[in-house]
Amino acid sequence: MRKPARILLGHGGGGRLTHELVGDLFLPAFANPVLATLSDSALLPELPPGRPAFTTDAFVVDPPVFPGGDLGYLAVCGTVNDLAMAGARPLWLSLAMILEEGLEMALLETFVAGARRAAAEAGVAIVAGDTKVVPRGKGDRAYAVTSGVGVVPPGRELGDHLIRPGDAVLMSGSLGEHGAAIMAARHSLGGPALASDVAPLAGLVEALLGCGAAVRALHDPTRGGVATTCNEVARRSGLRMVLEESALPVSGGVASVCELLGLDPLYVACEGRLVAWVARDAAGQAVEALRGHPLGEGAARIGSVEEGDPHAAPLALRTAYGTLRPLDVLAGAELPRIC
Amino acid sequence: MCLAVPMRLIERRDEFLGVVEAEGVQREVSLMLHPEAQIGDYLLIHAGYAIGAVDEEEARITLELLKQVAEAGEPQ
Amino acid sequence: MRPGAYGDPAAVQALAARIRRAAERLPRPVTFMEVCGTHTHAIAAAGLRRLLPANVRLISGPGCPVCVTPVGYVDTAEALARRPRTLVCTFGDLMRVPSSRASLERVQAETGAVRVVYSPRDAVLLARDDPGQTVVFLGIGFETTVPTVAAALAEAEAAGVGNFLVLSGHKVMPPPLRALAADPEVRLHGLLCPGHVSVIIGARAYRFLPAEFALGCAVVGFAPTDVLRGVLALVEQAVAGRPAVANLYGRVVSDDGNRTAWALVERFFEPAGAVWRGLGEIAGSGLALRPQWRARDASRLGVEVGDAVEPAGCRCGEVLKGVIDPPACPLFATACDPGTPVGACMVSSEGTCAAWYRHERLAVSPARGEGGGA
Repeated sequence: MRKPARILLGHGGGGRLTHELVGDLFLPAFANPVLATLSDSALLPELPPGRPAFTTDAFVVDPPVFPGGDLGYLAVCGTVNDLAMAGARPLWLSLAMILEEGLEMALLETFVAGARRAAAEAGVAIVAGDTKVVPRGKGDRAYAVTSGVGVVPPGRELGDHLIRPGDAVLMSGSLGEHGAAIMAARHSLGGPALASDVAPLAGLVEALLGCGAAVRALHDPTRGGVATTCNEVARRSGLRMVLEESALPVSGGVASVCELLGLDPLYVACEGRLVAWVARDAAGQAVEALRGHPLGEGAARIGSVEEGDPHAAPLALRTAYGTLRPLDVLAGAELPRIC
Repeated sequence: MCLAVPMRLIERRDEFLGVVEAEGVQREVSLMLHPEAQIGDYLLIHAGYAIGAVDEEEARITLELLKQVAEAGEPQ
Repeated sequence: MRPGAYGDPAAVQALAARIRRAAERLPRPVTFMEVCGTHTHAIAAAGLRRLLPANVRLISGPGCPVCVTPVGYVDTAEALARRPRTLVCTFGDLMRVPSSRASLERVQAETGAVRVVYSPRDAVLLARDDPGQTVVFLGIGFETTVPTVAAALAEAEAAGVGNFLVLSGHKVMPPPLRALAADPEVRLHGLLCPGHVSVIIGARAYRFLPAEFALGCAVVGFAPTDVLRGVLALVEQAVAGRPAVANLYGRVVSDDGNRTAWALVERFFEPAGAVWRGLGEIAGSGLALRPQWRARDASRLGVEVGDAVEPAGCRCGEVLKGVIDPPACPLFATACDPGTPVGACMVSSEGTCAAWYRHERLAVSPARGEGGGA
């Protein structure tokens, strides 16, 4: 019998099918000495000097393959980026997958290839993993859970507590590319203009932190977009943020999708972007450093930090007409509207 | 109430189906409400249907008016 | 994000200046009303109110179809979602509207039988692909949207897709406009007419307003310059005492509208009375499926619906008529906010109260002082 074209319940059973899956698919893709031991736990090399950082993420995405990426690529980038936002150099990742019985093997191969590509781009090793299979109808093709360990080099400190009134808010590129590509795919909007921005940002972060600019904090604007991220930071820090509408980079394709579906690019997810809070005087230098990196070509200053004000909205937008309006917290998921 | 977006008709697929495009974004839409649509027309798209077309001459007049208003600035 | 040509900041500032100048000649302060949720949203998004002089007030009327949909409609939609082998398809706008006991979002979690679609046509295709299922499309929206639902019905008919049904909650604009114009409690001096409804019904449809009620109208689009040109026209009409219908959206609105679209609507729908949440019943303001289409009328499926529960204490009706501003309602920003909406005006982001809550409620920090309000 040839190799199965679909995932079977047996692939999660721990027996021969599982070993074949791990040995034929996962091991060769993530090839590294730690994983190759296939021991119950990954025994890691010594941590480089600095503070260890640890994060975990779960990924569900519909459609699981989209313009610009796939579930596997997204999962690895997501965890790499969480570590990078803390100023950590990402080192070792785990990848657990919950697969639905009946998932086409070709689709799983796409996810694994995506994860491998992302790991290679980010310079990380996937050192641990697991696979479970649920009966057909009990899972939406595949879910991925990644965890990651990194190290914040000595002397480096990032955090919202460092943000000060007068600081500048920077965005590393155009808004909403990932979410717009996903929504477009779900509602039959096609065309060359749309692709997710999903990418591993560790290199971009090192370029920014290495330029000498005083960087206070970094966050990646994933679900809920830039507005949600800035709202959270404003609330946590007790400071007010004002974004400038004319300065927000938005591509024509994203603007078009958002117009059609009634979405606001400020609330649409990015998966390959960072928002940086830097000292006012360092803004120009920081933008240049970002632009010097391939993933930061569209970087721009998008706003400023002000003193907190309990009577004013924590996050506001100055429109192209000089008027100010609050940017509220999102009620739930962004849904397409006609009104 | 009514999000409607101008998009250019780039293909007719059927008596009542076409493909429209704006800024590189494309969608198949129904032309049942505006069957006289021609390739190259800018159609107003609402909920997956073309509900009308943009009159390019009127648009030009409006834009010209806006340009004049902007240049005149504050009235004296 | 730079606005397009119709949002050009220099043109916007110049128009605002012209409005301020023209308003100096107004005999008294004026109140203009817009009746379109998309206008409410566009005005709030650009902060246009802050550019207007103090004697020109812009208020929102009953233009949000979600807000004016009665609670009982959503209750019926939920009952349909619980019906065996039934799929309810809806525009995203309705998902989080609170009903008597739940919301479509919550019923979806319970049953998996609610699907958000961008186009009614998507629902017809779903019905075609699964003939064993009854697919009910929630038909809400005004004259811009009804033709798309009629076209979906036409396509279902032509393709023999018998399992595509519609639950009509559609409404039309002229009757409530007449009611507002005739209402002594409502004191309007001008109306910004909904641009895309006008694409369908034509600018001529508003002529009764200046003719019978001396109420001036401006048909406008949704970009900042469109809205401001409309406000300027209404100010000039008020100064001259000459109400008229000014079509300022000629690039897509004609006098007669889209006859093809309306003929299709009339094939499937007929006028009926309708309840406007907050305003009550208005004769001839709704659209129901014609009797010959009973097989496609989801209201005839006979699902059991509990009693409709309308929230107490809210002053939505007065807000929708523009008689009071949202803060005058005791529930505003206390029991009623966008996260936990009580009344019609808060349920949708285009509702007057929701828009006010998001954009007008909080003060701008004193150091900025750019006209206030963020």
